[in-house]
Amino acid sequence: MRAFVVERWARRALGTATGVSVVAVLAIVAFLVVGAVPLFASGEILSVLFGRWRPYAGQYGIAPMIVGSLCLAASALAIAFPAAVGICAFAHGLAPRRLGRLVLAVVHFMTSIPTVVYGFVSVFLLVPLVRNAFGAGSGMSLLTAALTLSVLVLPTVTLLIHVRLQQVDPGVRLACSALGLTPAQSFLSVLLPASRRGLAAAAALGFCRAMGDTLIALMVAGNAPQFPASPLDSVRTLTSHIPLVLASSWGGPEYRTVVAAGLLLLLLAASLSLVIRRLVGPSRQEASRAQDAS
Amino acid sequence: MMHRQRLALAAALMTAVVLLAACTEEKETPAKPKGAKKVAAAPGALLPFSGLAGTIDIAGGTAHIPVMKDAAEKIMAACPGIRITVAGGGSGVGVKKVSEGLVDIGNTGRALKPQEKEGADLRSFAFAIDGVAVCVHPNNRVSDLTPEQVQAIFAGTTANWKDAGGADAAITLYTRDEASGTREVFWEVLLKKGAIADKANVMPSNGAMKTAVAQDPNAIGYVSIGHVDNTIKALAIGGVAASQENAASGKYTVTRKLYMNTKGEPKPLVKAFIGYVYSDEGAGIVRQAGYLPIPKP
Repeated sequence: MRAFVVERWARRALGTATGVSVVAVLAIVAFLVVGAVPLFASGEILSVLFGRWRPYAGQYGIAPMIVGSLCLAASALAIAFPAAVGICAFAHGLAPRRLGRLVLAVVHFMTSIPTVVYGFVSVFLLVPLVRNAFGAGSGMSLLTAALTLSVLVLPTVTLLIHVRLQQVDPGVRLACSALGLTPAQSFLSVLLPASRRGLAAAAALGFCRAMGDTLIALMVAGNAPQFPASPLDSVRTLTSHIPLVLASSWGGPEYRTVVAAGLLLLLLAASLSLVIRRLVGPSRQEASRAQDAS
Repeated sequence: MMHRQRLALAAALMTAVVLLAACTEEKETPAKPKGAKKVAAAPGALLPFSGLAGTIDIAGGTAHIPVMKDAAEKIMAACPGIRITVAGGGSGVGVKKVSEGLVDIGNTGRALKPQEKEGADLRSFAFAIDGVAVCVHPNNRVSDLTPEQVQAIFAGTTANWKDAGGADAAITLYTRDEASGTREVFWEVLLKKGAIADKANVMPSNGAMKTAVAQDPNAIGYVSIGHVDNTIKALAIGGVAASQENAASGKYTVTRKLYMNTKGEPKPLVKAFIGYVYSDEGAGIVRQAGYLPIPKP
C-alpha cells in the first residue's frame, strides 16, 4: 500500500516536471512564432533577412549577422575540429596512457570554464596580439573571436569523439596490434573510419555550440554589422545582435529583427539537433543487425 | 537560451552592481555595545532617511552608475536598514524596467519618448548635465576636430588619420549599441543624424568603449565626459574643449541631461533617495562623477 502511494506521488512529480519542461519549450517557440507573425504578414521578413543594418537610414536587415554567425561558427570549428581529433589521437594510443588521461582530464576541466572568462582574457591578451600582429583594425575581429570560440568548442568536440572511440570494439584494437599496425596507423586507418558518425555528430554539435555562444562574440568580435571580407574584419553575430538591440525599444523595427534572429537561431539549433540525433542514434542497419544477433 | 542571453547582457555590460547592507534596525541607541561602531543618527543630508527601511532597485543608463553607486553607498553606510541595488542596461532598459514595475528608479540619458510615456504614468527627474566627448588614444597627436571632420570620419569617408592631421594610419571606428543614450546624443547633435560606417565596432557600454579606445592607438570613439580619464584623450570640437564647464555654459553643445524616472508618485524611500541626489551632498557626488548637477526643479 505504502509503495503504491509512493509510486503514485513519484509519477505525479515526474509528470509535472516533464509537463513544465515541455510547456516551457513550447512557450519559447510560441513566443517567437507569434512575435514573427507581423514580420511575415507585412512581407517585411524579406528585407529583414536579406537587408543590411543601417538604422539611421531606416534599413533593418540582419543579413550581415547571419553571414557573420555562419562564418564565425565555421571558422571556430575549423580550428577546434582538427585540434580535437589530434587530442583524441594522442589520448587513444599515441601517448603513454597516463599522459593521455591527464590531457583528457584537462579537457574535461575546460568544459566547466564560464565563457565570460574566455571573453575577458581574450579582450586583454588576444585582441592586442591580433591588432599588433596584423597591424590593421582594432584587433576585434572574426579571427580573434574564432580563436577564442575554438577554445570554448574544443572540449565539446573532443569529448564526443573520445566517447565514440571508446565504443569501438576492443577486438578491433587487438586485431590492429596483431596485424602489426603502428598506433598512428591503426588510429588513422581503423579507429577514425570506424567512428565516422561520431566525428560528424561532434562537428555538428560543435557548430551548434559555436553558433549559440553570445558573450565571446559580443566581447571580441567587434560587432560591426558588415559582411566580413577578411578574417580581420569586425563582425556581428545573430546572438550578439540580440543583446545589442534588445534594450533599445520595445515593438519597434529593431525589436522585430531580434525576434527574427531568435527564430533563426532556434530553427538552426533544431535542425542541427535532428542531424545529430540521426548520427548518434543507432542507424537502421546497425539496429537490424542487433536484432538478427539476438 | 534566454538565460544565456540575459547573462550575456548583464555580464557584458559589466555594470551590474549589487550592494548589500546588513539588515538591522536603524534606530539603535549608541548605548548598546554592539551598536557602538555604527553611525548613530544620519547627519545632515541623510536625515530624511531616518526611520525608513526597505529596498530601492535602480537600473538603466550606464552613465548614471557612478552617481547612483556612490549615493547608495553613503546612504547604506549610515542607514543599515536600507538596501539599494544599482544595475546598468542602458536607457532603453531603464524605461522598460521602471514601466513594468521591475525597478523603483529607471535611469535614462535622454528625455522620455512620447510612446514611452503612453504606457505608464512616468515621472522624470533631471539631475545632471553630461557632455559626450569624442575620444582617441592618448598618444594620438590629433587634439581638435571640426564637427564636419568627425562626421566624415564616422561616415568612413575620412579613413586615415593623416587626413585629419594625425599620423599615417588607418582609423578604427568605435560606436555604441542601439540602446545607448550616449550614442543618441552623439549621433543627433554631432553627426546630425548622419551615417555611421558599417565597419565601426560596436561597444556595449561606456566602460567597454573606454577600454577599447585606451588599447587601440588608432581608435576614435565617444564616451560620456564623466568617463574621461587619462587612459583616453578627449578631443576639442571646433576649438571648444570637451569639459564640464563648457558643457554647463553651453559653449560645448554635445550634451544631454541625465534623468531618474519613477512610475507614478515615488514611495517615501525612493522620494528620499531622489531628494538626496538633489541635496548639496548629492550635487557633490554628481560633480565628482564628472557631471554638472541640476538644482531641484
